[in-house]
Amino acid sequence: MTCEESEVLLHALTDGELDAVHTRDVEAHLAVCPACTEKLKAFGAMRDAMAAAHLKEAAPAHLRRRIEAAIPAPATRVSGLSKSWQTSWRTFFGGFSIGTAFSAAVAATLLIAVVRDDHDQRIASEVVSAHLRSLQAGHLTDVETSDQHTVKPWFNGKLDVAPPVIDLTAEDFTLIGGRLDDINGETAAALVYRRRHHVINLFVARHPAGEHARAGSETRHGFNVRHWTDEGIDFWAVSDINASELDEFCKKFTAAVHSASAPS
Amino acid sequence: MSADGDPDKVRRFRDAALPHLDDLYTLARYLMRNQADAEDAVQECYLRALRHFDSYRGPAMKPWLMAILRNVCRAEYARRSNQSAPANSTEADPEMDKTPMWQEPQASPEAVLLRRHDDETIRRIVAGLPQPFREVIVLREINELSYGEIAGVAGVPVGTVMSRLARARAMLRAAWNAEGETPR
Repeated sequence: MTCEESEVLLHALTDGELDAVHTRDVEAHLAVCPACTEKLKAFGAMRDAMAAAHLKEAAPAHLRRRIEAAIPAPATRVSGLSKSWQTSWRTFFGGFSIGTAFSAAVAATLLIAVVRDDHDQRIASEVVSAHLRSLQAGHLTDVETSDQHTVKPWFNGKLDVAPPVIDLTAEDFTLIGGRLDDINGETAAALVYRRRHHVINLFVARHPAGEHARAGSETRHGFNVRHWTDEGIDFWAVSDINASELDEFCKKFTAAVHSASAPS
Repeated sequence: MSADGDPDKVRRFRDAALPHLDDLYTLARYLMRNQADAEDAVQECYLRALRHFDSYRGPAMKPWLMAILRNVCRAEYARRSNQSAPANSTEADPEMDKTPMWQEPQASPEAVLLRRHDDETIRRIVAGLPQPFREVIVLREINELSYGEIAGVAGVPVGTVMSRLARARAMLRAAWNAEGETPR
Protein backbone atom coordinates (compact mmCIF):
# COMPACT_ATOMS: atom_id res chain seq x y z
CA MET A 1 0.00 0.00 0.00
CA THR A 2 1.22 3.48 -0.88
CA CYS A 3 1.14 6.49 1.44
CA GLU A 4 -1.44 8.06 -0.83
CA GLU A 5 -3.83 5.13 -0.45
CA SER A 6 -3.22 4.96 3.25
CA GLU A 7 -3.86 8.70 3.49
CA VAL A 8 -7.52 8.18 2.61
CA LEU A 9 -8.02 4.90 4.41
CA LEU A 10 -6.56 5.93 7.73
CA HIS A 11 -9.49 8.27 8.21
CA ALA A 12 -11.89 5.43 7.68
CA LEU A 13 -9.80 3.48 10.15
CA THR A 14 -10.14 6.09 12.90
CA ASP A 15 -13.83 6.49 12.10
CA GLY A 16 -14.39 2.76 12.47
CA GLU A 17 -15.67 2.55 8.90
CA LEU A 18 -13.04 0.25 7.45
CA ASP A 19 -13.65 -3.41 6.68
CA ALA A 20 -11.40 -6.10 8.07
CA VAL A 21 -9.36 -6.64 4.91
CA HIS A 22 -8.50 -2.97 4.45
CA THR A 23 -7.89 -2.52 8.16
CA ARG A 24 -5.23 -5.18 7.99
CA ASP A 25 -3.66 -3.53 4.94
CA VAL A 26 -3.56 -0.08 6.49
CA GLU A 27 -2.17 -1.37 9.75
CA ALA A 28 0.52 -3.22 7.83
CA HIS A 29 1.45 0.04 6.09
CA LEU A 30 1.41 2.02 9.31
CA ALA A 31 3.80 -0.47 10.90
CA VAL A 32 6.46 0.45 8.37
CA CYS A 33 5.63 4.13 7.71
CA PRO A 34 6.35 6.59 10.52
CA ALA A 35 5.02 9.54 8.47
CA CYS A 36 1.58 7.98 8.11
CA THR A 37 1.64 6.93 11.75
CA GLU A 38 2.27 10.54 12.74
CA LYS A 39 -0.63 11.66 10.61
CA LEU A 40 -2.91 9.12 12.16
CA LYS A 41 -2.04 10.51 15.59
CA ALA A 42 -2.45 14.10 14.51
CA PHE A 43 -5.84 13.53 12.91
CA GLY A 44 -6.93 11.50 15.91
CA ALA A 45 -5.97 14.36 18.22
CA MET A 46 -7.84 16.86 16.06
CA ARG A 47 -10.91 14.68 15.99
CA ASP A 48 -10.84 14.35 19.77
CA ALA A 49 -10.45 18.11 20.16
CA MET A 50 -13.46 18.70 17.94
CA ALA A 51 -15.51 16.13 19.78
CA ALA A 52 -14.64 17.85 23.07
CA ALA A 53 -15.54 21.29 21.78
CA HIS A 54 -19.14 22.40 21.83
CA LEU A 55 -19.75 22.88 18.15
CA LYS A 56 -23.42 22.03 18.08
CA GLU A 57 -25.75 24.94 18.21
CA ALA A 58 -29.11 25.00 19.86
CA ALA A 59 -31.89 26.27 17.65
CA PRO A 60 -33.16 29.61 18.97
CA ALA A 61 -36.48 29.44 20.82
CA HIS A 62 -38.24 31.68 18.32
CA LEU A 63 -37.29 29.32 15.48
CA ARG A 64 -38.65 26.36 17.41
CA ARG A 65 -41.92 28.21 17.99
CA ARG A 66 -42.15 29.19 14.36
CA ILE A 67 -41.66 25.64 13.17
CA GLU A 68 -44.00 24.15 15.73
CA ALA A 69 -46.64 26.62 14.60
CA ALA A 70 -46.03 25.74 10.96
CA ILE A 71 -46.64 22.05 11.65
CA PRO A 72 -49.28 22.32 14.35
CA ALA A 73 -49.91 19.40 16.65
CA PRO A 74 -53.35 18.03 15.81
CA ALA A 75 -54.66 18.59 19.31
CA THR A 76 -53.81 22.28 19.40
CA ARG A 77 -54.81 22.91 15.83
CA VAL A 78 -57.16 25.83 15.55
CA SER A 79 -60.42 24.76 14.03
CA GLY A 80 -60.87 27.07 11.20
CA LEU A 81 -63.00 27.92 8.29
CA SER A 82 -66.68 27.73 7.74
CA LYS A 83 -66.54 24.25 6.27
CA SER A 84 -64.85 22.71 9.23
CA TRP A 85 -67.22 24.63 11.49
CA GLN A 86 -70.16 23.12 9.70
CA THR A 87 -68.71 19.64 9.95
CA SER A 88 -68.09 20.00 13.62
CA TRP A 89 -71.63 21.29 14.06
CA ARG A 90 -72.96 18.26 12.27
CA THR A 91 -71.06 15.77 14.39
CA PHE A 92 -72.01 17.84 17.38
CA PHE A 93 -75.72 17.59 16.65
CA GLY A 94 -75.30 13.99 15.56
CA GLY A 95 -74.36 13.32 19.15
CA PHE A 96 -77.58 14.91 20.29
CA SER A 97 -79.90 12.34 18.83
CA ILE A 98 -78.49 9.60 21.02
CA GLY A 99 -77.69 11.84 23.95
CA THR A 100 -79.45 12.01 27.30
CA ALA A 101 -80.95 15.18 28.73
CA PHE A 102 -77.85 15.53 30.82
CA SER A 103 -75.43 15.47 27.93
CA ALA A 104 -77.74 17.80 26.03
CA ALA A 105 -77.49 20.25 28.89
CA VAL A 106 -73.73 19.97 28.93
CA ALA A 107 -73.64 20.38 25.18
CA ALA A 108 -75.84 23.45 25.39
CA THR A 109 -73.38 25.05 27.76
CA LEU A 110 -70.59 24.26 25.37
CA LEU A 111 -72.60 25.70 22.52
CA ILE A 112 -73.01 28.99 24.33
CA ALA A 113 -69.34 29.02 25.15
CA VAL A 114 -68.47 28.51 21.50
CA VAL A 115 -70.94 31.06 20.21
CA ARG A 116 -69.80 33.64 22.70
CA ASP A 117 -66.24 33.21 21.65
CA ASP A 118 -64.98 36.64 20.88
CA HIS A 119 -65.64 37.51 17.28
CA ASP A 120 -62.29 39.08 16.52
CA GLN A 121 -60.41 36.31 18.25
CA ARG A 122 -62.17 33.73 16.17
CA ILE A 123 -61.48 35.56 12.95
CA ALA A 124 -57.83 35.91 13.88
CA SER A 125 -57.79 32.13 14.38
CA GLU A 126 -59.39 31.59 11.02
CA VAL A 127 -56.93 33.88 9.35
CA VAL A 128 -53.98 32.06 10.90
CA SER A 129 -55.33 28.64 10.06
CA ALA A 130 -56.10 29.70 6.50
CA HIS A 131 -52.50 30.93 6.31
CA LEU A 132 -51.20 27.61 7.67
CA ARG A 133 -53.29 25.58 5.26
CA SER A 134 -52.02 27.62 2.35
CA LEU A 135 -48.45 26.73 3.36
CA GLN A 136 -49.08 23.08 4.08
CA ALA A 137 -51.37 21.87 1.38
CA GLY A 138 -49.25 23.02 -1.55
CA HIS A 139 -52.13 25.26 -2.53
CA LEU A 140 -50.64 28.67 -2.05
CA THR A 141 -51.99 30.21 -5.23
CA ASP A 142 -54.78 29.59 -7.73
CA VAL A 143 -53.32 32.12 -10.07
CA GLU A 144 -49.56 32.28 -9.92
CA THR A 145 -47.96 35.38 -11.32
CA SER A 146 -46.16 38.44 -10.18
CA ASP A 147 -48.20 40.56 -12.59
CA GLN A 148 -50.85 42.53 -10.74
CA HIS A 149 -52.73 43.04 -14.01
CA THR A 150 -53.21 39.28 -14.29
CA VAL A 151 -54.17 38.73 -10.68
CA LYS A 152 -56.76 41.48 -10.45
CA PRO A 153 -59.04 40.36 -13.34
CA TRP A 154 -58.74 36.77 -12.17
CA PHE A 155 -60.88 37.67 -9.16
CA ASN A 156 -63.61 39.19 -11.35
CA GLY A 157 -66.96 37.55 -10.73
CA LYS A 158 -65.57 35.36 -7.97
CA LEU A 159 -66.06 37.89 -5.20
CA ASP A 160 -68.46 40.64 -4.24
CA VAL A 161 -65.54 42.99 -3.94
CA ALA A 162 -62.72 43.96 -6.28
CA PRO A 163 -59.57 43.49 -4.23
CA PRO A 164 -56.88 46.07 -4.80
CA VAL A 165 -53.92 44.14 -6.17
CA ILE A 166 -50.70 45.99 -5.63
CA ASP A 167 -47.25 44.96 -6.77
CA LEU A 168 -44.77 45.78 -4.04
CA THR A 169 -41.74 44.14 -5.60
CA ALA A 170 -39.91 47.44 -5.50
CA GLU A 171 -40.47 47.50 -1.75
CA ASP A 172 -39.09 43.96 -1.46
CA PHE A 173 -42.49 42.34 -1.01
CA THR A 174 -42.94 40.26 -4.14
CA LEU A 175 -46.44 39.50 -5.33
CA ILE A 176 -46.51 35.81 -6.22
CA GLY A 177 -50.18 35.28 -6.91
CA GLY A 178 -53.69 35.06 -5.58
CA ARG A 179 -56.22 32.48 -4.47
CA LEU A 180 -59.75 32.20 -3.18
CA ASP A 181 -60.15 31.34 0.45
CA ASP A 182 -62.77 31.94 3.04
CA ILE A 183 -62.79 33.86 6.25
CA ASN A 184 -65.66 34.01 8.67
CA GLY A 185 -67.82 32.03 6.26
CA GLU A 186 -67.38 34.61 3.52
CA THR A 187 -65.37 34.11 0.37
CA ALA A 188 -62.24 36.18 0.53
CA ALA A 189 -59.42 36.96 -1.84
CA ALA A 190 -56.00 35.95 -0.66
CA LEU A 191 -53.14 37.91 -2.17
CA VAL A 192 -49.85 36.16 -1.67
CA TYR A 193 -46.60 38.00 -1.20
CA ARG A 194 -43.14 36.77 -0.46
CA ARG A 195 -40.40 38.37 1.58
CA ARG A 196 -37.20 36.28 1.51
CA HIS A 197 -38.45 32.79 2.44
CA HIS A 198 -41.53 34.09 4.18
CA VAL A 199 -45.01 34.10 2.81
CA ILE A 200 -47.47 36.86 3.58
CA ASN A 201 -51.14 36.13 3.00
CA LEU A 202 -53.26 39.23 2.65
CA PHE A 203 -56.93 38.33 2.95
CA VAL A 204 -59.37 40.77 1.44
CA ALA A 205 -63.16 40.69 1.94
CA ARG A 206 -66.08 43.08 1.90
CA HIS A 207 -66.66 44.68 5.26
CA PRO A 208 -70.10 43.63 6.59
CA ALA A 209 -72.52 46.56 6.34
CA GLY A 210 -73.52 48.09 9.63
CA GLU A 211 -70.52 46.81 11.53
CA HIS A 212 -67.99 49.14 13.01
CA ALA A 213 -64.66 49.22 11.31
CA ARG A 214 -62.10 47.36 13.34
CA ALA A 215 -58.35 47.40 13.37
CA GLY A 216 -55.94 45.42 15.42
CA SER A 217 -52.79 43.45 15.63
CA GLU A 218 -51.88 40.34 17.48
CA THR A 219 -49.65 37.32 17.56
CA ARG A 220 -51.04 33.82 17.33
CA HIS A 221 -49.09 30.58 17.30
CA GLY A 222 -46.02 32.58 16.39
CA PHE A 223 -47.70 34.38 13.48
CA ASN A 224 -48.30 38.08 13.33
CA VAL A 225 -51.76 39.18 12.28
CA ARG A 226 -52.81 42.70 11.27
CA HIS A 227 -56.36 43.72 10.56
CA TRP A 228 -57.74 46.97 9.21
CA THR A 229 -60.74 48.25 7.32
CA ASP A 230 -60.36 50.66 4.48
CA GLU A 231 -63.16 52.07 2.32
CA GLY A 232 -65.54 49.24 3.05
CA ILE A 233 -63.01 46.47 2.63
CA ASP A 234 -61.56 44.32 5.40
CA PHE A 235 -57.91 43.39 5.23
CA TRP A 236 -56.05 40.80 7.27
CA ALA A 237 -52.33 40.35 6.79
CA VAL A 238 -50.70 37.29 8.32
CA SER A 239 -47.14 36.06 8.21
CA ASP A 240 -44.28 34.73 10.25
CA ILE A 241 -42.08 37.70 9.38
CA ASN A 242 -41.39 39.90 12.33
CA ALA A 243 -43.90 42.43 13.54
CA SER A 244 -42.09 45.51 12.25
CA GLU A 245 -41.73 44.06 8.76
CA LEU A 246 -45.40 43.17 8.67
CA ASP A 247 -46.26 46.71 9.79
CA GLU A 248 -44.07 48.01 7.01
CA PHE A 249 -45.89 45.79 4.55
CA CYS A 250 -49.31 47.05 5.70
CA LYS A 251 -48.20 50.64 5.54
CA LYS A 252 -46.73 50.33 2.05
CA PHE A 253 -49.74 48.43 0.80
CA THR A 254 -52.21 51.00 2.13
CA ALA A 255 -50.17 53.88 0.79
CA ALA A 256 -50.01 52.25 -2.65
CA VAL A 257 -53.78 51.61 -2.65
CA HIS A 258 -54.48 55.25 -1.95
CA SER A 259 -52.06 56.59 -4.50
CA ALA A 260 -53.49 54.22 -7.13
CA SER A 261 -57.16 54.57 -6.25
CA ALA A 262 -57.92 57.59 -8.43
CA PRO A 263 -58.76 55.64 -11.65
CA SER A 264 -60.42 52.18 -11.74
CA MET B 1 -51.62 15.95 -1.06
CA SER B 2 -54.48 16.91 1.17
CA ALA B 3 -53.37 14.01 3.38
CA ASP B 4 -51.61 16.82 5.23
CA GLY B 5 -54.79 17.05 7.18
CA ASP B 6 -54.32 13.54 8.54
CA PRO B 7 -53.80 14.26 12.23
CA ASP B 8 -52.07 10.97 12.86
CA LYS B 9 -49.54 11.70 10.14
CA VAL B 10 -48.80 15.16 11.50
CA ARG B 11 -48.33 13.74 14.98
CA ARG B 12 -45.98 11.05 13.74
CA PHE B 13 -44.05 13.60 11.75
CA ARG B 14 -43.65 15.93 14.72
CA ASP B 15 -42.51 13.10 16.98
CA ALA B 16 -39.98 11.89 14.44
CA ALA B 17 -38.70 15.19 13.08
CA LEU B 18 -38.77 17.83 15.79
CA PRO B 19 -36.10 16.17 17.99
CA HIS B 20 -33.56 16.85 15.21
CA LEU B 21 -34.11 20.59 15.18
CA ASP B 22 -30.80 21.47 16.88
CA ASP B 23 -28.81 19.23 14.53
CA LEU B 24 -30.51 20.70 11.49
CA TYR B 25 -29.99 24.22 12.73
CA THR B 26 -26.30 23.49 13.33
CA LEU B 27 -25.90 22.18 9.79
CA ALA B 28 -27.79 25.15 8.37
CA ARG B 29 -25.59 27.57 10.30
CA TYR B 30 -22.49 26.09 8.68
CA LEU B 31 -24.01 25.87 5.22
CA MET B 32 -25.63 29.30 5.14
CA ARG B 33 -23.26 31.38 7.29
CA ASN B 34 -25.99 33.80 8.29
CA GLN B 35 -28.47 33.23 11.04
CA ALA B 36 -31.61 34.54 9.35
CA ASP B 37 -30.98 32.48 6.22
CA ALA B 38 -30.19 29.41 8.31
CA GLU B 39 -33.48 29.78 10.18
CA ASP B 40 -35.45 30.20 6.97
CA ALA B 41 -33.76 27.14 5.48
CA VAL B 42 -34.57 24.98 8.51
CA GLN B 43 -38.21 26.04 8.44
CA GLU B 44 -38.47 25.36 4.73
CA CYS B 45 -36.87 21.96 5.34
CA TYR B 46 -39.57 21.03 7.86
CA LEU B 47 -42.38 22.13 5.57
CA ARG B 48 -40.95 20.14 2.67
CA ALA B 49 -40.31 17.12 4.85
CA LEU B 50 -43.93 17.15 6.02
CA ARG B 51 -45.13 17.28 2.43
CA HIS B 52 -43.00 14.28 1.53
CA PHE B 53 -43.51 12.37 4.75
CA ASP B 54 -45.96 10.00 3.04
CA SER B 55 -43.24 8.74 0.76
CA TYR B 56 -40.63 8.52 3.51
CA ARG B 57 -39.36 4.95 3.83
CA GLY B 58 -36.01 5.58 5.44
CA PRO B 59 -33.05 6.02 5.80
CA ALA B 60 -32.93 7.14 9.40
CA MET B 61 -34.88 10.34 10.03
CA LYS B 62 -31.85 12.53 10.72
CA PRO B 63 -29.98 11.95 7.44
CA TRP B 64 -33.26 12.16 5.54
CA LEU B 65 -33.99 15.59 6.99
CA MET B 66 -30.41 16.67 6.41
CA ALA B 67 -30.61 15.70 2.75
CA ILE B 68 -33.69 17.89 2.41
CA LEU B 69 -32.05 20.74 4.28
CA ARG B 70 -28.96 20.51 2.10
CA ASN B 71 -31.12 20.79 -1.02
CA VAL B 72 -32.89 23.83 0.40
CA CYS B 73 -29.57 25.49 1.18
CA ARG B 74 -28.12 24.72 -2.23
CA ALA B 75 -31.19 25.98 -4.03
CA GLU B 76 -30.96 29.19 -2.07
CA TYR B 77 -27.29 29.57 -2.98
CA ALA B 78 -28.02 28.86 -6.63
CA ARG B 79 -30.77 31.48 -6.60
CA ARG B 80 -28.42 34.05 -5.14
CA SER B 81 -25.51 33.36 -7.43
CA ASN B 82 -27.94 33.77 -10.33
CA GLN B 83 -28.80 37.17 -9.01
CA SER B 84 -25.29 38.39 -8.43
CA ALA B 85 -23.19 37.94 -11.55
CA PRO B 86 -20.06 36.14 -10.32
CA ALA B 87 -21.25 32.54 -10.20
CA ASN B 88 -19.61 31.56 -6.97
CA SER B 89 -19.76 27.82 -7.50
CA THR B 90 -20.65 25.98 -4.34
CA GLU B 91 -19.63 22.64 -5.80
CA ALA B 92 -16.00 21.70 -5.94
CA ASP B 93 -14.33 21.47 -9.27
CA PRO B 94 -14.47 17.71 -9.93
CA GLU B 95 -10.75 17.79 -10.59
CA MET B 96 -10.15 19.06 -7.11
CA ASP B 97 -11.22 15.77 -5.62
CA LYS B 98 -8.51 13.99 -7.53
CA THR B 99 -5.63 16.35 -6.96
CA PRO B 100 -3.67 15.05 -4.02
CA MET B 101 -3.33 18.51 -2.58
CA TRP B 102 -3.24 17.17 0.92
CA GLN B 103 0.37 16.10 0.52
CA GLU B 104 1.69 18.40 3.16
CA PRO B 105 5.31 19.01 4.01
CA GLN B 106 6.63 16.11 5.99
CA ALA B 107 5.27 16.21 9.49
CA SER B 108 7.79 17.66 11.84
CA PRO B 109 7.53 16.40 15.44
CA GLU B 110 5.95 19.61 16.74
CA ALA B 111 3.31 19.59 14.00
CA VAL B 112 1.89 16.47 15.62
CA LEU B 113 1.29 18.39 18.81
CA LEU B 114 -2.06 19.98 18.28
CA ARG B 115 -2.58 23.60 19.08
CA ARG B 116 -5.30 24.19 21.59
CA HIS B 117 -8.16 26.35 20.38
CA ASP B 118 -11.30 27.49 22.06
CA ASP B 119 -14.71 26.51 20.65
CA GLU B 120 -15.18 29.81 18.87
CA THR B 121 -11.88 29.49 17.02
CA ILE B 122 -12.62 25.92 15.99
CA ARG B 123 -16.01 27.00 14.71
CA ARG B 124 -14.39 29.75 12.68
CA ILE B 125 -11.82 27.37 11.20
CA VAL B 126 -14.56 24.95 10.12
CA ALA B 127 -16.62 27.80 8.69
CA GLY B 128 -13.62 28.86 6.63
CA LEU B 129 -13.42 25.59 4.68
CA PRO B 130 -14.73 25.56 1.10
CA GLN B 131 -18.28 24.26 0.78
CA PRO B 132 -18.04 20.49 0.03
CA PHE B 133 -15.29 20.08 2.64
CA ARG B 134 -17.06 22.14 5.25
CA GLU B 135 -20.17 20.08 4.66
CA VAL B 136 -18.45 16.72 5.06
CA ILE B 137 -16.68 17.86 8.25
CA VAL B 138 -19.91 19.12 9.81
CA LEU B 139 -21.83 15.98 8.89
CA ARG B 140 -19.09 13.72 10.21
CA GLU B 141 -17.56 15.48 13.22
CA ILE B 142 -20.46 17.52 14.49
CA ASN B 143 -23.57 15.65 13.37
CA GLU B 144 -21.83 12.26 13.67
CA LEU B 145 -23.28 10.65 10.56
CA SER B 146 -21.78 7.45 9.17
CA TYR B 147 -20.04 7.49 5.79
CA GLY B 148 -23.04 5.81 4.21
CA GLU B 149 -25.39 8.43 5.62
CA ILE B 150 -23.15 11.29 4.48
CA ALA B 151 -23.10 9.75 1.00
CA GLY B 152 -26.90 9.78 1.04
CA VAL B 153 -27.11 13.38 2.22
CA ALA B 154 -24.53 14.72 -0.22
CA GLY B 155 -25.70 12.50 -3.07
CA VAL B 156 -22.25 11.11 -3.84
CA PRO B 157 -20.69 7.61 -3.59
CA VAL B 158 -19.06 6.53 -0.34
CA GLY B 159 -15.67 6.60 -2.06
CA THR B 160 -16.12 10.31 -2.71
CA VAL B 161 -17.08 10.85 0.91
CA MET B 162 -13.84 9.17 1.96
CA SER B 163 -11.61 11.22 -0.31
CA ARG B 164 -13.40 14.45 0.55
CA LEU B 165 -13.11 13.74 4.23
CA ALA B 166 -9.39 13.03 3.88
CA ARG B 167 -8.90 16.33 2.07
CA ALA B 168 -11.18 18.19 4.42
CA ARG B 169 -9.27 17.00 7.48
CA ALA B 170 -5.95 17.86 5.87
CA MET B 171 -7.21 21.37 5.11
CA LEU B 172 -8.67 21.64 8.57
CA ARG B 173 -5.40 20.59 10.12
CA ALA B 174 -3.41 23.09 8.09
CA ALA B 175 -5.80 25.89 9.07
CA TRP B 176 -5.79 24.65 12.63
CA ASN B 177 -2.02 24.88 12.90
CA ALA B 178 -1.83 28.19 11.05
CA GLU B 179 -4.46 29.75 13.30
CA GLY B 180 -2.98 32.12 15.79
CA GLU B 181 0.49 31.80 14.27
CA THR B 182 0.77 35.19 12.62
CA PRO B 183 -0.02 37.50 15.51
CA ARG B 184 2.72 36.68 17.90
